[in-house]
Amino acid sequence: MKPAPFEYHAPDSLDEALFILHNSAGDAKILAGGQSLVPAMNFRVVQPSVLIDLNRMPELGYVRKENEKLHIGAMTRERHLEFDLPIVKWAPLLHEAAPHIAHPQIRNRGTIGGSIVNADPAAELPVLMLASQARLKARNSSAERWIDARDFFIGMFTTALEPDEILVEIEVPLMPPRTGWSFLEVAPRAGDYAMMGVAVLVTLDEAGTCQAAKLVYLNAGDGPVDAQEAAQLLQGEAVSEELIDSASERASGTEINPFGNIHASVEYQRHLAKVLTKKALKIAIERAAEER
Amino acid sequence: MTQTIPVTVTVNEKVYQRQVEPRMLFSDFLRHELGLTGTHVGCEHGVCGACTILFEGESARSCLMFAVQADGHQITTVEGLAPSDDNLHPIQQAFWEAHGLQCGYCTPGILMTLVPFLKQNPDPTEDEIRHALSGNLCRCTGYQHIVDAVKLAAEKMK
Repeated sequence: MKPAPFEYHAPDSLDEALFILHNSAGDAKILAGGQSLVPAMNFRVVQPSVLIDLNRMPELGYVRKENEKLHIGAMTRERHLEFDLPIVKWAPLLHEAAPHIAHPQIRNRGTIGGSIVNADPAAELPVLMLASQARLKARNSSAERWIDARDFFIGMFTTALEPDEILVEIEVPLMPPRTGWSFLEVAPRAGDYAMMGVAVLVTLDEAGTCQAAKLVYLNAGDGPVDAQEAAQLLQGEAVSEELIDSASERASGTEINPFGNIHASVEYQRHLAKVLTKKALKIAIERAAEER
Repeated sequence: MTQTIPVTVTVNEKVYQRQVEPRMLFSDFLRHELGLTGTHVGCEHGVCGACTILFEGESARSCLMFAVQADGHQITTVEGLAPSDDNLHPIQQAFWEAHGLQCGYCTPGILMTLVPFLKQNPDPTEDEIRHALSGNLCRCTGYQHIVDAVKLAAEKMK
């Protein structure tokens, strides 16, 4: 058999899962969709002694809108990003990025919370969390706390979650009026890890001046990379071709820190970032203006 | 003492009961425990698509699940597609007629990917077909005849 032996638990409730985790923290792994964890176990790169499978408890699979926020249960399958109406309507950035997350066969099993906690720098969901300024709710057996997405991703495959905590919910604020969005990435083949990708949000005022901007990159460092200087360049300025060019130059030239790999050199990744940022900003600005 | 867990699973409308170690992959369970060797195993890390099955009607990689996770669930494998020994499923018939396979190793996974795809998208464009096939690797055909077979299957199923 491929994976090393482990003790298996499939609790019926979150409380039971948290109790088991509390008693085995450090040696246990949470099994969500398993689309990254199981391959790692098949290679024996990861050998947990206890596996806690969350697939038997229905309570963490939901999407609902409450008070200008979208609440997404951590075990909601990635496939819902494509078809779930509240997401299509209220989180168009997530919806636009969904088809880029691996393949339908993977999205049918893979979960939104699982991808966030895995914190792969090349994954889409951590970038989307940062761009949307989402909050993440973690629970352990005695308490719960909210963590801002910007404090959650602390390094490659590393998050602010404690060993006894489970991510239970994602809270995505709805976009302010006159906000445009865009998600673009370039991958060797559909469904592959992207060589570079960017999520952009732009809010305009009634005169067409940029009130706020967010540009977040994948595969551009050891986590999702928030290009704050480029966003600063845009903020308070009337949008123009030159402004888009200089923001794209700043983000791709100095703010991101791609490592390069066999598919793309660092120079090529920076080139892609520049081209994608220009395109994404134009799309987002156009969409924001349509809403005026 | 190795932990084993009872699994009751419905595969192609037949109920099976086995006692397995939790670390047994569902792909290995289908092949070694149930003798259903139509589901092929290629990369065993979710890339090649050869082990694709239907889990509650939706395509999934059987190598990225444990057999214990299938307990109580409805599964369809390639063996469940043809209505009888003498009749192929229209997608299988189309692959036969359009030469959509050479060695055949990737074929079961591709067929299981296409069943829900053509249900959701009965009249796909070539671009959509190629996109749908992106999660299944074929090293023989160069994909052209597979794409032709999918077009033919869509025609047949209208």
